[in-house]
Amino acid sequence: MDFANFLIQLLNSLQYGLLLFMLAAGLTLIFGIMGVVNLAHGSFYMLGAYLAWFLASQFDSLVLAIVVGTLIAVALGWALEWLLFRHFYHRDHLDQVLLTFGLIYIFEEVRSILWGDDVHSVPVPELVNWSIPLTENLSYPVYRLVISAVCVALALGLYFLISKTRLGMKIRAGAFNREMTEALGINIRLIHGVVFALGVALAAIAGMIASPISSVYPGMGSSVLIMCFVVVVIGGIGSVRGALVAALMVGLVDTFGKVLMPQIAGMAVYMLMAGVLLYKPEGLFKQ
Amino acid sequence: MSSPKATLEILPKGVQALLALGAIALAAFPLIPSDSSDFYLQMLSQMMILAIFAMSLDLLQGVTGLVSLGHAAYFGLAGYALAFLTPADVPVSLWWSLPVAALGAGLAALVIGFFVVRTHGIYFIMVTMAFAQMVFFLFFDNKELGGSDGLYVNFRPDASLFGWTGIDLENKTTFFYFTLVMLVGIYAFLRRLLFSPFGRVLAGIRVNEHRMRAVGYGTFGYKLAAFGLAGTLAGVAGYLWAAQTGFVNPELMGFHMSAHAIMMVILGGMGNFAGAIVGAFAFEYVMHFFKDLTKHWQLLMGSFIVLVVVFAPRGLLGLGERFMKKKDAA
Amino acid sequence: MTTRREILTRSAAVIGAASSGLLLPQMAMAQSDKVRVGFMLPYTGTFAQLGVAIENGFRMALNEQGGKLGGREVEFFKVDDESNPAKGIENANRLVQRDKVDVLVGTVHSGVQMGIHKVARDSGVLSLIPNAGVHVATRAQCSPNVFRTSFTNSQPTLALGKAMVDRGHKKAVWITWNYAAGEEAFEGFEQSYTAAGGTIVKKLGLPFPNVEFQALLTEIASLKPDAVACFFAGGGAAKFLRDFHAAGLSKNIQLYGSGFLTEGVLEAAGPAADGVLTTMHYSDALDTPRNKKFRLDYAKTFKAQPDVYAVQGYDTGLLLIKGANAVKGDLSNKKALYAAMEGATIDSPRGQWTMSKAHNPIQDMYLRKVENKENKVIGIAQKAVADPATGCRMG
Repeated sequence: MDFANFLIQLLNSLQYGLLLFMLAAGLTLIFGIMGVVNLAHGSFYMLGAYLAWFLASQFDSLVLAIVVGTLIAVALGWALEWLLFRHFYHRDHLDQVLLTFGLIYIFEEVRSILWGDDVHSVPVPELVNWSIPLTENLSYPVYRLVISAVCVALALGLYFLISKTRLGMKIRAGAFNREMTEALGINIRLIHGVVFALGVALAAIAGMIASPISSVYPGMGSSVLIMCFVVVVIGGIGSVRGALVAALMVGLVDTFGKVLMPQIAGMAVYMLMAGVLLYKPEGLFKQ
Repeated sequence: MSSPKATLEILPKGVQALLALGAIALAAFPLIPSDSSDFYLQMLSQMMILAIFAMSLDLLQGVTGLVSLGHAAYFGLAGYALAFLTPADVPVSLWWSLPVAALGAGLAALVIGFFVVRTHGIYFIMVTMAFAQMVFFLFFDNKELGGSDGLYVNFRPDASLFGWTGIDLENKTTFFYFTLVMLVGIYAFLRRLLFSPFGRVLAGIRVNEHRMRAVGYGTFGYKLAAFGLAGTLAGVAGYLWAAQTGFVNPELMGFHMSAHAIMMVILGGMGNFAGAIVGAFAFEYVMHFFKDLTKHWQLLMGSFIVLVVVFAPRGLLGLGERFMKKKDAA
Repeated sequence: MTTRREILTRSAAVIGAASSGLLLPQMAMAQSDKVRVGFMLPYTGTFAQLGVAIENGFRMALNEQGGKLGGREVEFFKVDDESNPAKGIENANRLVQRDKVDVLVGTVHSGVQMGIHKVARDSGVLSLIPNAGVHVATRAQCSPNVFRTSFTNSQPTLALGKAMVDRGHKKAVWITWNYAAGEEAFEGFEQSYTAAGGTIVKKLGLPFPNVEFQALLTEIASLKPDAVACFFAGGGAAKFLRDFHAAGLSKNIQLYGSGFLTEGVLEAAGPAADGVLTTMHYSDALDTPRNKKFRLDYAKTFKAQPDVYAVQGYDTGLLLIKGANAVKGDLSNKKALYAAMEGATIDSPRGQWTMSKAHNPIQDMYLRKVENKENKVIGIAQKAVADPATGCRMG
């Protein structure tokens, strides 16, 4: 592999890793703050993708679709938290695993009833629908750069929200000591609703912005869910920073693994996880 | 984190009677004349095999408090072991292939357990799932191991011993009774284990691991032992499954299989092994029923799971217990 | 004690009810004079569209002949196989042992097919494969009661090699998923391409169903081949087409594939797929009177456009009709039934085809080019392509 190729593969890993981060961030946030493990997280990703396809075909604009889709996702996340998840914070992880596994079945079927089982595509917005020639043979799609940029922007926004705003402070306080925070007069139920909606929105947005390059098809949630879990385990549950580092690592291992060692590429990421666990059973970063 | 949730370690007389009746009904079933008896015989055999699988998970989950989302890995490994051990033209002997397959699965459980048991709570759940996925991909990606299409088990194991051919496992009824004996035997073994010193330590770990450590028990070793034992018993179930269906594929080690096992254990009620049996039968029955009902059976199944978790978190036996308590109070 | 007695009686009632519940479906099915046809197809999940198309095609074939098989009425049974190989045998047994079907039509997914195949060989039931291309079913494990009306995974790519070399593309990279269907497709490609004088520069693969192609596309670019040959299907195929195009590779490197690369995904792939060449035993745009009539009738009946899966389902119906008519509806006359089906020439929308000795179609492979969301047929890549049937001991 020559240097130019190496750089391009690095770019590929970065883009894949950043998208994974978006998903993992939502999952780890929800777990870190509320202690809920959500197997249906992949379903939100799928939901986002299908929403993007459906709305983009109605509005003829992906950007508008993403805006509206995000609002729908936030509303859905809020409703789910209020109706269902709120009652499970104090319950066993086992119950949460089962509940969310049942939800996966339900979401899949609802999706099938609403939108059918076909494969769909979402058109890339015309403005960014071109490629930058990198070598004589290979061009890099600008839209992928846009995806990376959006992920970075959202990551920064998340960091800013959590570390530098009052809301973020309340969230962190609530995660640290719920009773004390409530005693101080902060509406912890509201905070939880916000965090859950945020997590769902992140997953849905990931699905939406990725839809032009990933296509929209049934079962797209499950394939991404497992990777998501691996990222969260490596990074440390509850740590958004950990999710970022871990997602980039997974991106690297997956990308270079496919090219350099195709026979074990499928297992490579899990071996990485096993290695990390040997030294740090709680993941790379603490909450 | 994990609260002590085991239900009904000591089974009330009513439940015991129900179980005994169930065993008698099963034993008597092949005697009922019916046109489709072959199908139902096989269906019940499968349910019994899944009950063994569920019981092995119950040891880990209900008794020791370790929730594993990757238990199917050992189930599938033993099944594959039988597939590899069975030659193309003759059956393999039951008497050595079963121990080898089960112990092989147990060994894999010990190896994976070494990595996994050091984690706790939610980590444990996720990590067990990830390792099972790794095993899944190992078999899925490699043609030498059968690849994505799986492998055939050409013959059921041969149960002849030094020339005595009393048990012919190719006969569906014989296989049914063989499985029933295994089910009852493993149930009895596990019940004894539950109240043995080893079992009491495991239960103590579930209730409060720190306290057990403070008292001086090496909890890592006990948990690892439980993990290995559970893996071995899952291997027995997997071996029987492969023998019964004659076919293995990577999905046997997949996420869905593991999740179904968890559901069976929860559905019945955890920690007493009877619940695992009840849960396995109930779960399979419900799934068959829904599938026959409508194309959108997944919606029904998902709703059913959600309802069970919300309203009957201690499973069917837990419901039964609540019901009986109300009766006594009234 | 009263409580215990109540428990005992109640539990006895429950067990009694459950057992009668199990027996009920069987009692309801009185013996009738109808032919029992069982569909084991994916009605949920990724392949649900394919399952529906196959059943539609089959029923259409039957209805064109008055809805009867050899003069007898038909009764249908259905099982959703969910494309889950772990339940393949169990689901097949529901049809064969519980519902006692005379014919089992299924399925799409090769892993599930292995389960059906086992049940078919053990029980002897007539098994018709309307899609799954797994090799062994008509090779080492061929069986007199198993017939396939679709293709083997290597048949389309067997016709690909020469077509590529004829166009001057002598250096190619192969890429697919690392699973059975991908491996088998490669088999056909390797055989035909090297025989025609082509060189396979590199064989790339990624784990199924991974669709992160960027890394491998970058690798392809660095290898600078004349062409890329591949096997992908469904959502992954649509993504590959778009990614290949977006990476600028389509400028200098011609993309070829087994036909499934462009089946059912052209709407999703859009203009990225233009110019892609594939080989397959059918094309929606096949310009023959037979195909046009089929497509018209199908669209009128089902208010949807047919695809290759509908054609395969249709041909399965045609094959069964031929067999049933030859034995005047007496499906237990296996010798005559199988002989009739073996010797059949099917007048299919894909063109006429015959059954090989291993019970797989011998059929023409068309060379298709994507133009404007359509697979235009630009010629016949190879006539009468037969699967090598290695290891089959029939005939």
